[in-house]
Order: sequence, then C-alpha cells, then structure tokens
Amino acid sequence: MTVVVTPPQDGALRRVSDVLIARPGLLLMLLLTPPLLWLGVVYLGALFALLAQSFFSIDEFSGTIVYQPTLATYAELLAPANLDIIVRTLVVAAVVTVLAALVAFPIAYYAARYARGKVKALFYLAVMMPLWSSYLVKVYAWKLLLAKEGAVTWLVQAAGLTKILDLWLAAPLVGGPSLSVSYTGMVLTFLYLWTPFMILPLQASLERVPATLIEASDDLGAAPRQTFRHVILPLAAPGLIAGAIFTFSLTLGDYIVPQIVGPSSLILGQAVYAEQGNAGNVPLAAAFCVAPIAIMFVFLALARRTGALDAL
Amino acid sequence: MPSEAGKAPAAARGTAKQAGRSPLGLNLAAGAGLAFLHLPLAFILLYAFSDEDKSFQFPPPGLTFRWFGVAWDRPDIWEALALSIRVALVSTALAILLGALAAAALSRAKFFGRDSISLLFILPIALPGIVTGISLRSAFNLMEIPFSYWTIVLGHATFCIVVVYNNAVARFRRLSPSLVEASMDLGADGFQTFRHVLLPSIATSLLAGGLLAFALSFDEVIVTTFTAGQQRTLPIWMLGELIRPHQRPVTNVVAVAVILVTAIPILAAYYLTREGEHVAGAGK
Amino acid sequence: MIVTEREPTMALDPSPAAATAVRFRGVSRAFGAVKAVDGVDLDVAAGEFFAMLGPSGSGKTTCLRLIAGFDQPTAGHIEIFGETVEGAPAYRRPVNTVFQDYALFPHMTVLDNVCYGLMIRGMGKAERRKLGLDALALVKLVGMEGRRPGELSGGQRQRVALARALVMRPKVLLLDEPLGALDLKLREAMQGELKSLQHALGVTFVFVTHDQGEALSMADRIAVFNHGRIEQVGAPKEIYERPRTRFVADFVGGSNVVEPLLVRRWTGLEGAASLRPEKIFVLADGAKAPDGALVIEGRVEEVLFHGAVYRVEVAAGDAGRLVLSVPAVGAESPAVGAPIRAAFARDSLHLMEAE
Repeated sequence: MTVVVTPPQDGALRRVSDVLIARPGLLLMLLLTPPLLWLGVVYLGALFALLAQSFFSIDEFSGTIVYQPTLATYAELLAPANLDIIVRTLVVAAVVTVLAALVAFPIAYYAARYARGKVKALFYLAVMMPLWSSYLVKVYAWKLLLAKEGAVTWLVQAAGLTKILDLWLAAPLVGGPSLSVSYTGMVLTFLYLWTPFMILPLQASLERVPATLIEASDDLGAAPRQTFRHVILPLAAPGLIAGAIFTFSLTLGDYIVPQIVGPSSLILGQAVYAEQGNAGNVPLAAAFCVAPIAIMFVFLALARRTGALDAL
Repeated sequence: MPSEAGKAPAAARGTAKQAGRSPLGLNLAAGAGLAFLHLPLAFILLYAFSDEDKSFQFPPPGLTFRWFGVAWDRPDIWEALALSIRVALVSTALAILLGALAAAALSRAKFFGRDSISLLFILPIALPGIVTGISLRSAFNLMEIPFSYWTIVLGHATFCIVVVYNNAVARFRRLSPSLVEASMDLGADGFQTFRHVLLPSIATSLLAGGLLAFALSFDEVIVTTFTAGQQRTLPIWMLGELIRPHQRPVTNVVAVAVILVTAIPILAAYYLTREGEHVAGAGK
Repeated sequence: MIVTEREPTMALDPSPAAATAVRFRGVSRAFGAVKAVDGVDLDVAAGEFFAMLGPSGSGKTTCLRLIAGFDQPTAGHIEIFGETVEGAPAYRRPVNTVFQDYALFPHMTVLDNVCYGLMIRGMGKAERRKLGLDALALVKLVGMEGRRPGELSGGQRQRVALARALVMRPKVLLLDEPLGALDLKLREAMQGELKSLQHALGVTFVFVTHDQGEALSMADRIAVFNHGRIEQVGAPKEIYERPRTRFVADFVGGSNVVEPLLVRRWTGLEGAASLRPEKIFVLADGAKAPDGALVIEGRVEEVLFHGAVYRVEVAAGDAGRLVLSVPAVGAESPAVGAPIRAAFARDSLHLMEAE
C-alpha cells in the first residue's frame, strides 16, 4: 500500500461548484430561469395578451380594434348565435368523451388486467402507434372512408343496410348530405382521433387497482357487475377524468376536423379561427377562447382533487 | 370482471396473474376497439396505390405505383418537407435543453410556488392548440414581429418543452440521491458529477423525449397555421390539399410517408424507455 | 449533557503517533427547530476502528454525513487530521464513504465503479486499472470486473463499494450501517473481514450502526448516541460493564437498572446503578448466599431460551423487574411462576451518573 494517489486538481470550475453546492437556492434559480423565462414570458405572456384583448372591442365600421376596456365583447359572446356555438361545441365534446370512454374501457381493462409480457407490450404499441401518427393523416383517412363513394358506404351497400343509412342521414341533427358532411362523421372522426388519449390514462389507473381488492369483493359475495360498479369504476375514475381532460380540450379547440368532415354550422374552434382571421375581430375571438380556457381550468382543478393529475 | 365462479373462495383463485381467462365479451370489445384504431390507416395505405385520381372510390379500380413517382417530382412537397424537418430539429434541440433544466429543478427541491410552476408546465398541452396559436399570433402582431421560420420554432418549442420535461422529470425522480453523494465523495465536483453520473442516467429519457418532441413538431398543424407567415410545413401543405385537392393520390402518398416518418421515432422512443416504469409517450 | 472523553490514554496528544483522525468541537446540526446533532464533542484516534452506536434518530448518521461533507454543521468545528473541514464540500475532503445502499453507479462496470475516483483525479487508464484490480483482490472479489452492479448479489455489491472507497487511500473510511442488509451468516463473516482489513491497512474506520452486538464485536471504541448527543464513549467492554447512564445501560446489552432507593439501601451510595444479568446467580433451594452477597427473592415471570443461556425475567418485589442470564448447559429451565432466589456481589452494582 505504498502507492500515493495524486491529489485532486483545483480549478475555476471546481470553485464555481463549491459556490453552487453551498447555495442550493442559487443553483435552483440558475436551472429554473431559462425554461421559466420561456414558458412564463412567451407562453403566459401571449396568453395574457390574448385575454386582455377580450376586454377590448372592435369598431364595427372601420374594423379596427378599439383599445378601451369594455365588456361589450363579452356581451356579444352571449348573443344567441354565439352562445349556440359554445353550447353546440360542448355537446359534441361531451358526446365524444362518453363514446371514447366506452370504446377505450374494454381495451384499457384488458390491457391492465389480463395482458402479460409480450401481449402487454404489443397492446402498448398498438395504442401508441395510432396515438402518435399524424393528426392530419388520420382526419384524411376518415374523409376517405366516409366519402359517398368510399369504403363505409360500400360496406353498408354490401350488407344491404342502405335504407338505414339513408334514414340516418335524413335525421335532423345527426344527418347531412353525406356521412362526410355531417355531425355523425365529425363525431366519428373526433372519436377516432381522441380515443387513444383516453386509453392510456385509463389503463394506468386500472393497473393501479390491486387485484386483491377485486378478490376481496368477490369473497364478500359481490356479483361481477357489482364489483365493477362499486370497486373498479370508482378507482378508475381519475384515469377517466384525465382522459376526459384530453378529449374535451382537444375537441373544444379543433377547427380543422369540422372543416373537413363536418356540417356547415360552426363549432367553437372554427368560430375562433373565423373571427380572428377574415373578420379581424380578435377581441371576439379572444372572448371565445375564454370559454375553453375556463372550462379546462375547472377540469384541471377537479382533476387535481381526485388525483387524476398523477395519471396524466 | 374476474373469472366465472362468483362464490369460489379467494384462495383458490390466486393473483391477477392467474385471474382466469378473460370473458369473451371483453375480448371482442377490446379487439373491435383496436381494429377501429388501426383499420383507417390501413386504408390510406391502400389508397396510395389506387389508380383512380378524382375520387375516393372504394374498392379502388386498379393498383399502381405511379403516384409515388409523381410525388417525388413535386418540388413543393420537398420544400415543405425540408421546412418541417428543420423546424422539428431546432425545436427539439431547444426543448431538450430547456426541458432538462426544468426537470432538474422541479423534480426534487421543494420551494415556494413549485406546484404552480409544475402546473405551468402542463398548460401548453392541456389548453387547446388553437388558444396557444392565437395567443402567439396576436402577441407577434402586437409586438410587430414578422412571421418567419423563427416564429414557427417559437410555437413548436413551447409544447416540445413539455414533452421532454414529462419524460425527464419521471427519470429524475427515480434517481437515487446517494449516487450524487457517492460521486462527490470520490472527488468529483458538481460538474464532473453531472457529466459522469447524472447525464448517463437521464440520457435515454432525454433522447426519448426528444424523439417524441420531434414527431410532435413534425406533425403539428394547428399552432403552426397561426405562427407561420408564407411558409408551409408539410402538415400545412397537407391541410391545403385536403381543403382544395389537386392530386388526391399524391396526398395519399405523402400521408403514407408521414406515417412512416413519425412511426420511427415513436418506436425508437418506446424501445429506449421500456425498461423503466415510465414509458415515453404515455403522457402526451 | 455533554460527555467528553476522559480516559487518560485517549488524551488529546499532539504527537503524530497518536494523531486525532476526526475531531468535533461543539458541533450542532439543526433542521429548523429540531437539533439532529446537539453540541457534540468527539475525538477519533488515527488507526482506530470507531463505532457510532444509537437508535434511529439519535444523530449518529447525521454526524457521519457531517464528517463526509454531505451536510454542513449549523454550529461548531470539525477537523480531519488537523485540517478544518466544516464548510468544505465532500469532494474536497480526504475521506471516503461506504453507503448503506452501496450507491454503485448502475451504468458502469464493477471495475469502472472502483476506478471512478481515480479517473476523476486524472490517473492514466493502465495505472488505475491496476490499482482497481488490486483493490478488488483486497476485498476478495476477483473475476467480476466486467459485470454490472445489477448482476451482483448484495454481499458482492458491498465489497465493490468497499473497494471503490479504499482504492482512494482515504485518511478516514466512513461506513454507514454497512452490514444491515446482509443475512446473519454473511454479516458475521463480514464483521471478521472488516476487522482484519482495518487492522492490515491501518486506516481509521468510522462506522455507524444501530446494532449493539455489531458495535461490541468490531469496534476499538464506541460512542453511544441518544437524542443528538453522545452519552458515553469508551472501549466495548467498558461500555458494557460500566455504563454511565440508564440509556446506555439499557441499549447496550440490556442491563438491569436498579433504582436509587434500593441502591442507597444496599450500598449507601447515591444514584441509580446498572446490574448485568449474568452477574446474578440463582440460588438453589435452601442454599446459602456467599458472604457479602446481596440476595433478592421473587417469582419467575418469563423464560426465553437463548441457546447458551436462559434469559429469565423475575418480579423481585422492591427491586422491580430484573433480568437474569442463567447458563443453560446442564440445567433445567426455571419454571414460570415458581419462586426464585438469586444473589449477586455488591460490587457488581455499577453506579451510574446522577441524572
């Protein structure tokens, strides 16, 4: 044991390290400032600028923005035509959310409770791939499918169900000239787009339900349906809420799908786009934006309370 | 919905690993759901080879490769593709840097306002894209910044940071504090510890986050339409084609290409992180 | 109550042969209003195998971290071989630590782990490889250089952690509950190995444990911690036979504590006294106690078989509950509920410090 280990070198960097270790607050500040600056200034700043604009109004004749605080724009928001848009969008979002939950649940449940090893990995990939593949491609795919000469119509004809399809299309709310220009088509497309967002948090929640709870419920004499209602469903709720956050948020803000696969009446995203675009009515567009922002904040608050944020 | 015997004693059934076979109804529902998710994409693939170029006729009248050649020759597609890749690369680089810093800061230390700041890092994806897009656009207007490549990057980097942050923070939380102490105990200062111990540990999660951010940026259209001036990224090009189609099958070909390009980073990110509990992309 | 070292052999001798490896003077570490370490004085002699013993929360681990530099004292002065270190970060101190969870770098091989500190110092690859392999041989872990920590057993990982620290030739080696995670047989084997390793190298070892048996068997000297303070420092036998306070009496070896009232009656001295269980002898029926011995009478409450001895709990009237250690070889187990008479020498009572 006669070897001597060379003493450590000193240097400027080492001395900087001394300072940072002795003062963890300084280190924290150095780490946090760049990203915070970015998100805080760029993102939050822009957001507040937008919301500020909702308190301005537009001069009807000149089309320019009048920079004087007023609630007139919000009053305009509450006009029946505009309120209509908001309500309509909320209904669509709600329908999509419920349907997505219904489609997602069996997949999530199977993956959480019964899939093991290779099958589980396969399931995971099977959900990830559609989740991450291009949004536009997916919308486009449905336009193809729903077109009059497209695959869905062909399938319906082959199954001899054409009469039923025509009846459906003739129905007041859900129908339209063709599947690809109707609420039905729009809802279907939204459903297709957002279902993976529902599956993942739901699966994560379900995975956290200990198997022993289900066994205990069985042991105490509950039928499978009761176990589902009283044990599994409540515990999966945070996952459902987390998924709903996504489906709602994404639906409220989307203006592309309705353009491509939707009826002529506007939903919220389109209204925002239209107002700020051609009409140049940024205050109204901003006011329209407040609705989804407010809704999402309520959602996030709810989610935080039920612990759904961890499932995000 | 566990196995058939409702009243059998719990001991006879063991853990969920042997929870009996899943009910047939569940299997069908799950299978149908998955089919629902995957079939439409298969159709796109089919249509890229379709002979018919004026409509979406099904079944397609004939199959051909020629649209691939046509697409290859269109300069506007290549331009849009190049722009998309450039934007994605820069946004991803920025996102990795800023996301890593944020994750390092927020994963452990408890300080006043930490929860609010954590919330801030969820907002860009929790709030609808149109809100982000419009906010940035009106901010740029107000400050009289011209729309350019950089305004696009600004928008993209914002949500890319969130994706990288999510991946990195999960990894940071799993890091054992005694590893940092051990490194310092053996003579490494803060910077050396970062280089030799911390960085290798979080590298895969940063890479995975970066890959996801790349895919996200490459595909993004909503925020981009608001922050781009005259430039067209590939998704914007596609949107234009969807609304006013020129050659439908060419659009299909591009769609197939996009599927492939985004599939690769996703798969790679998955394989990188599947050992940990937190798999990349689980929280988009 | 601060207890400083008073044994004449451990005086603060400035001569190099008896240099002080670690010195604490009035060291405190407060977390808000709570003092994890409260005004501690300590001297660890060079070349010692020193144990810091105490229950969880007693401050022993905090003291170890203060020596290592992972934490800084809120008051007081710390020296390592005469060099002031409080305020200095861990990487500037000539000490190395073996962590409780071993803290091996998972993305490096065993050899890279061991050579890490040398690599940081800038040593060349060939040279540090040689030193690393030597260190691994020293801890009897040969042939594992290429493996990753995840592929090793707990005992093997501990050896790697040990080699990684020793290869740096630290002036003081710190060990944080080193044997806690090992099973009994392995633990006993490692105890012997650590002891002979320390002896061969002559490096000062300071280790933290909550296991008094471990401290007694390995250490040259033990500091017993309680509530952030040291209650007693001394050689194992010293602490075992002559505990200074109730806490030490109870914690180390589970000695009986005789209340001051009885002590005064029996010896005329003031204060509580400790009485070791093995110093009390059972008297057979009718047998007479030796001259000068004190006798107690009572009833057997509980008997536990410990292999070589029976641990017998007796309700002894005024003397309260006393524990006896009765040899089991060739003797029957005392019957629970039966009356029992026992005797002990007067000077078996060790007077403890006034409270």
